[in-house]
Amino acid sequence: MTNASVMTFNILSILPILVLSGFGMIVLVTDLVSSRKLGDKNYLAYISLLGIIIAAILSRNSVGTTLFSFSESFAIDNYSLFFNFIFLLSTGLTILISHSYIKREEINHGEYYALLLFSTIGMMLMASGADLLNIYIGLEVMSISIYILTGFKRSKLISNEAALKYFLLGAFATGFLLYGIAIIYGTTGSINLKQIACFIEGKGGALDPLLLMGMGLIIIGLGFKVASVPFHAWVPDVYEGAPTSITAFMSVGPKAAAFAAFLRIFMTAFGSTHYEWQKIIFVLAVLTMTLGNVVAIAQTNIKRMLAYSSIAHAGYLLIALVAANNMGVSGTLFYILAYIFMNIGAFAIVIVLSQKGDEFIQINDYAGLGYKRPLLAIAMTLFMLSMAGVPPMAGFVGKFYIFSAAIKSGYVGLAVIGVINSVISVYYYLRITVIMYMKEPTREFTPLTISPLIVAAIVISVIGTLQLGIFPSKFMEIAQHSILSLK
Amino acid sequence: MPILSLITFLPIIGVILILSIDSKKQELIRVTSLLVSIVVFFISLPLYFNFDARAYEMQFVEKLPWIPSFGINYYVGIDGVSLFLILLTTFITPLSILASWHITKSIKEYMISMLVLETGMIGVFVSLDLFLFYVFWELMLIPMYLLIGIWGGPRRIYAAVKFFLYTMAGSVFMLLAIIALYFLNYRATGEYTFNLLEFYRLNISFAVQFWLFLAFALAFAIKVPMFPFHTWLPDAHVEAPTAGSVILAGVLLKMGTYGFVRFCLPLFPEASHVFIPVISWMAIVGIIYGALVSMAQDDLKKLVAYSSVSHLGFVMLGIFAFNIQGIEGGITQMINHGLSTGALFLIVGMLYERRHTRMIADFGGLTKQIPVFATFFMIVTLSSIGLPGLNGFVGEFLILVGTFKTRILYASLATSGIILAAVYMLWMFQRVMFHEITHEENKTLKDMNKREWAILLPIVVMIFWIGIYPNSFLRKMDASVNHLLKQVGDKANIVSNAQIHNKSEQLQENATPKIDIVPESKTEW
Repeated sequence: MTNASVMTFNILSILPILVLSGFGMIVLVTDLVSSRKLGDKNYLAYISLLGIIIAAILSRNSVGTTLFSFSESFAIDNYSLFFNFIFLLSTGLTILISHSYIKREEINHGEYYALLLFSTIGMMLMASGADLLNIYIGLEVMSISIYILTGFKRSKLISNEAALKYFLLGAFATGFLLYGIAIIYGTTGSINLKQIACFIEGKGGALDPLLLMGMGLIIIGLGFKVASVPFHAWVPDVYEGAPTSITAFMSVGPKAAAFAAFLRIFMTAFGSTHYEWQKIIFVLAVLTMTLGNVVAIAQTNIKRMLAYSSIAHAGYLLIALVAANNMGVSGTLFYILAYIFMNIGAFAIVIVLSQKGDEFIQINDYAGLGYKRPLLAIAMTLFMLSMAGVPPMAGFVGKFYIFSAAIKSGYVGLAVIGVINSVISVYYYLRITVIMYMKEPTREFTPLTISPLIVAAIVISVIGTLQLGIFPSKFMEIAQHSILSLK
Repeated sequence: MPILSLITFLPIIGVILILSIDSKKQELIRVTSLLVSIVVFFISLPLYFNFDARAYEMQFVEKLPWIPSFGINYYVGIDGVSLFLILLTTFITPLSILASWHITKSIKEYMISMLVLETGMIGVFVSLDLFLFYVFWELMLIPMYLLIGIWGGPRRIYAAVKFFLYTMAGSVFMLLAIIALYFLNYRATGEYTFNLLEFYRLNISFAVQFWLFLAFALAFAIKVPMFPFHTWLPDAHVEAPTAGSVILAGVLLKMGTYGFVRFCLPLFPEASHVFIPVISWMAIVGIIYGALVSMAQDDLKKLVAYSSVSHLGFVMLGIFAFNIQGIEGGITQMINHGLSTGALFLIVGMLYERRHTRMIADFGGLTKQIPVFATFFMIVTLSSIGLPGLNGFVGEFLILVGTFKTRILYASLATSGIILAAVYMLWMFQRVMFHEITHEENKTLKDMNKREWAILLPIVVMIFWIGIYPNSFLRKMDASVNHLLKQVGDKANIVSNAQIHNKSEQLQENATPKIDIVPESKTEW
């Protein structure tokens, strides 16, 4: 560490984060001072969207720079910028699908948008964190906002229960993470990822058992956030209880952030000891995929089904981590991008079709949708096939990318387990299309009132799903460029 | 002119056209899709006429970068093996659309599925980039799944899901094998590519070949379907609408056998040799089992479905004879099966439209009532049995010649399949068409209408054409098949085969001079 970099205090590097914080405050204050009634808070959504767009533009301007500021604890590089876009995209889409939903559920409070923005800040901190503490702080900022959002349906018992469960278990998991950080600091004398890497390399082959323990604790802490088995127990209940728009958000944003941190910590700091942690992640990946997919088959509630499916997708992403090569890391980036489109798209349709009080979220309620709402059904089919990994959709290219990475590193067995899992997953994704197209309607389809914002979200998701599936080239290249700064 | 891309993607343009039509204008939708598929057929004809029969190289090649960061290209081209399968596809599709005229339930979605399916099928046969191939291979699953699941019979959902899961389960392992080849090729040449022709040059150790062969073979064996992977087929066939069955039998099953010829044999020649007994015995069991089960069916459609298992067993046996007669016979038999079995499904569909039953016992004595229909039915039945002078004979004959030369036992066992085929087909024909009319409803049946003429006549013309003058087809395959055999490394066989092949050609009253094989400089094996 040179003296010059100690002094670095580059305010520009955190400009997107500052802008988002500013907009979060603005949302809070305008909500407070404005006298408008509960039902009429559309403008808050627009303000938040504006903040996101500005933050995205600012991030775009930094592309190509590699900069470590705040005593090398904060990294601006293509990697963190790629994730910034991912977070902004997922928050943006979430705002689009929330707008009509929170009005319908009468939880249209200004804090909703502010908390979304704050949790996005946390995620961006996590992806940019070049030392363990920064990552930890980002994780906390993100999580606490989401704990609140989960319990946002204050009058609903199920929502309260979900929030409490998530909070208690989450606090516990963060404890593990912090403990792991402390142990690593104790053994290596640093919290900076690069210095930890230097320390480990300097030691040669001999690994301190304490260091291994620290690694294990970090895996537990982050494994909880990405919903990997066996740290997944909270997922189904929390996903079911949370407002649907927040479920959509939770299944992409925090997961992406946790993977961002996962990759940065394990590729940068522990890169030279990959043979140690690969074994653990290997087991986690197999358990996560298999449990997620097998249990998803038995679900009758679409939110729970998507919850288990999101566990399964975390498993696929862990495969890429096991591969621990450039292809795997860039594959993770690509897959997360693809997953945002298909998953938020699917949740958008769940929101459109459900009624006040989360009615009509049983899978059987979708019977006959193919005839009553042909366009929604086609979009849903695309998302389901994409998640199942059927070409020419984004999910297929993502899986192809990840399995390629696994085979490249010689993990053929893991890839085999991965593809067997994707066949299992075909069954429950396909069941949605079976019910939509091949079953007679069991209920009356009331006329829909669809807000233009949610239509925009669905259209963006469809375009994204197809674009990444048919012409993925450009995004692959961006992903490949983004990971160069990791090592 | 990029003719291959044109025929591959023209149906998609048709889909866009149909999307713009109001779904209430059913007739317009039908006519549009029919026209599109006919145009595709006519555009595909120059493939036959301009195809250079002397060259074994890929022809009509188009190559564009698609996903450069992975070395994936949009790379298409055809040789003598794929040529006829493409023509079969473009030939069968308009007939299937014509046979779907009575469908009224969501006709728009139906026709869209048909056209997407056509794109997928042609795409599979033209792809020379393995990634592209896999995309098309999976792409055509979706429309077929919808065709069975939405417009099918009472147990359609079960059949559709089973079809999708079986095929998917087989093909994901193929995907892994493709990725493995990709890295093997990179290790050998330092180049990232999915180019099939590059992969042909790879020198793969036997142990690796063994596993890769298994992965590919599983995908194809399920598709063919070979015994014991055939259980999805009867369900899918019985529940699918007529056009679905026709395309399924006519084209989709051929993708399995085509896959063996295009991928398994030339990519993994040593492993293929080792697997000859396994595959051959599976084929023989399929031939006999399929025939015996056909005999026991009382549902016409099931009978035809199980007969497919038997016929495809012949194709596989021919391919794994590893000589020119066997493979050319196999390819010819793919076409024949597409025509004959396709026609049989069409005929069963016509009977079903008239009587709303497919039970053999509900018919009987139809000859008197509908003589023209009976004639067509007879021709198709005989073609399926393999009567000399009709198409089925040529394929089966070549396959048996090829097999006899290598393994007499296999050939003798397979021959029993031909006898059994005669038994179940003729017996079925007798019960349906001859004797007295026992059901009152059958006395009012109408004979073929113009639309049905238009469907069956082209097929019957082809049946005669291939049966009488097979060389117009065989000679286009020679160079490619010879090259394939050379790749597989059976050079010693080729010389002697060529002589016998000439004789068998003379049997067919053809004296076209044998085409010289262009010697290939690079032969690894």
